[in-house]
Amino acid sequence: MVNAPLDPAQARPRASSLSCPSCGSAIALRTEGWSASVVCASCGSVLDATDPNLAVLQSQANRISVEPRLPLGSRGTWSGATWEAVGFQQVTITVDDTDYSWTEYVCFNPYRGFLYLSEYQGHWNVIEKLRRRPTENTSGARPVATFDGRTFKHFQTATAVSTFALGEFPWELRVGDSVIAKDYVDPPFILSAEASEGEVTWSLGTYTSSDLIRLAFRIDARFPSPSGVFANQPNPYSGLARSVGRTLLLFLAAFAVMLGLNVAFAGNTTAFEQAYVFDRADSTSNALVTPTFELTGRPSRVEVGLLADLRNDWVYFNLSLINEVTGEVRDFSAQMSYYAGRDSDGNWSEGGRREKVHLSSVPSGRYFLRIAPEGGEASGVAVNYTVTVKRDVPSYLFYLFAALALALPAVLALIPSASFEGRRWSESDYAPDTGSSDDDEEE
Amino acid sequence: MTGPRSRGTACPNCGAPITFRWAQAVQTTCAYCKAVLVRRDLELERVGLQADFPHTGSPIQLGTEGTWISRSFIVVGRIGYQWARGRWNEWHCRLADGTSAWLSDAQLEYAMTTELSVPIPLPDVHGVHVGETFFWNEERYQASTLTRARYLGTEGELPFTSYSRDECLFVDFQNDKGGLATIDATDVPSVLFVGQYLSFDELAFRNLREFDGW
Repeated sequence: MVNAPLDPAQARPRASSLSCPSCGSAIALRTEGWSASVVCASCGSVLDATDPNLAVLQSQANRISVEPRLPLGSRGTWSGATWEAVGFQQVTITVDDTDYSWTEYVCFNPYRGFLYLSEYQGHWNVIEKLRRRPTENTSGARPVATFDGRTFKHFQTATAVSTFALGEFPWELRVGDSVIAKDYVDPPFILSAEASEGEVTWSLGTYTSSDLIRLAFRIDARFPSPSGVFANQPNPYSGLARSVGRTLLLFLAAFAVMLGLNVAFAGNTTAFEQAYVFDRADSTSNALVTPTFELTGRPSRVEVGLLADLRNDWVYFNLSLINEVTGEVRDFSAQMSYYAGRDSDGNWSEGGRREKVHLSSVPSGRYFLRIAPEGGEASGVAVNYTVTVKRDVPSYLFYLFAALALALPAVLALIPSASFEGRRWSESDYAPDTGSSDDDEEE
Repeated sequence: MTGPRSRGTACPNCGAPITFRWAQAVQTTCAYCKAVLVRRDLELERVGLQADFPHTGSPIQLGTEGTWISRSFIVVGRIGYQWARGRWNEWHCRLADGTSAWLSDAQLEYAMTTELSVPIPLPDVHGVHVGETFFWNEERYQASTLTRARYLGTEGELPFTSYSRDECLFVDFQNDKGGLATIDATDVPSVLFVGQYLSFDELAFRNLREFDGW
């Protein structure tokens, strides 16, 4: 190879030879020259990492001190690659006069570039910068962003201020500088757009358990357990609610099948059926009494059906259902008419030959019917008719109660899930009871 | 490829052998004396001396190989740039089919682009504002960044001869498919490069630089 690798003499100066121009302390550079700013760990001055002399950009910028949980220089394995923590900052947003601060870690790999971690009260995210732009839709009441087929709901827009910094950053950092940070969530993911000076940077965070971070970076000290619900924390109860919901659906489907079978087979038990003739010429057929029949079960519905072979005729039935023992009488009536013919438009017909009457809450017992047909066309002849008495045996209310009884655990299973979602969104711009959250939208 | 040890393949400045990896290269830099050499027919002419060309921390080096859309490539040259946030390189790659492409390593976010061969009307970059949408090659692009930079230097084989530029202007465009378009507005007319961002793993690099302790 004639074009030899670059002359080693031109390699970057050793970290040990660099010192802070402000306080003289040694400055460690760990990013092979890819960072833009480095913050002196001793005096907190922000230095220009692209300048061989490390020009001071912001003298003694840190007003507070925050201890990183991952010490700068510590290395961890993530997604099969080694990453070194090289930068650390605290970022603060102010909502309703209350400050909320989280911390961010810049991690570096000389082949793969930069990866970021964030921590807010024990909630960790692993964050990668995106080079594909998500699509934002801000036309609805709550804006959404779509990325990789996922729809993210807008969570919060806030001004995020860098309040403490340490180590290296691939951007020109100044403590006190702010960005407009817009977050969209679809647990376990969070999409963030940071806007600064007309440039928008998108990143995708994945909610990650603090134990995984601790193990990846081989940190012995325990990390605080997460407090509260974080924006993109997966809902641990949504699985329960889903599985209970699935079970409920299975049961409801089984009920529907049972109900169908019930209606098809068990229901409408025929208690009595008999054919008669109404002959207007024969006055004995003007009134008749049926044999007794048994109605069983709880007080329930009875259906009396009439089917008559009317042809261009009508008939009126006076009916009574009579309890043979108590003598209790239920009077009712039914009228049928059926006319048919042919005219210039073709065949026509009107009316019907079938009629049903429903009697509700008929107690069990022995009953008979009194039937008194009357009326009809003067030219009418004898009418053959059939009387049917059906008892609606099944109680459909049973299904309602059973479904309600089954729905109860499902509703109970939804409560923790819904309450978790409530706690998640109570921290967002869409919290139900914060009247001033709308102010954020102006940004 | 030029023949081995032919007259034209010795550095006219120091006599060191010069081998071209890419037949169409018109410029290279002598690895020994840093003379910038321009090829005119079979002769190499020294047009300048590559001044101090600082190291940029890239894992890519001349001779690095990789794969882009099922095509293998080899890195044959580079242009180093300096901008407000540091340095980056545009690595000149020779693809298996003999065409060339550019591998960008800014902040170790890799992107491969090729010059759009069909000339199309380009916007005046000074009028482009961030967020503005354009359609090229039937793809939608949104202007994302304007970058002012200057040449740090060149190395290896390049498809053109101009190497000394004090001020370069680039406008980058992105889309929702990971596409990247760059207008290089350094010269008139501007040139459009179109390609995509790629992860380190997607590029399947071989013969990378090694880093102590990594």
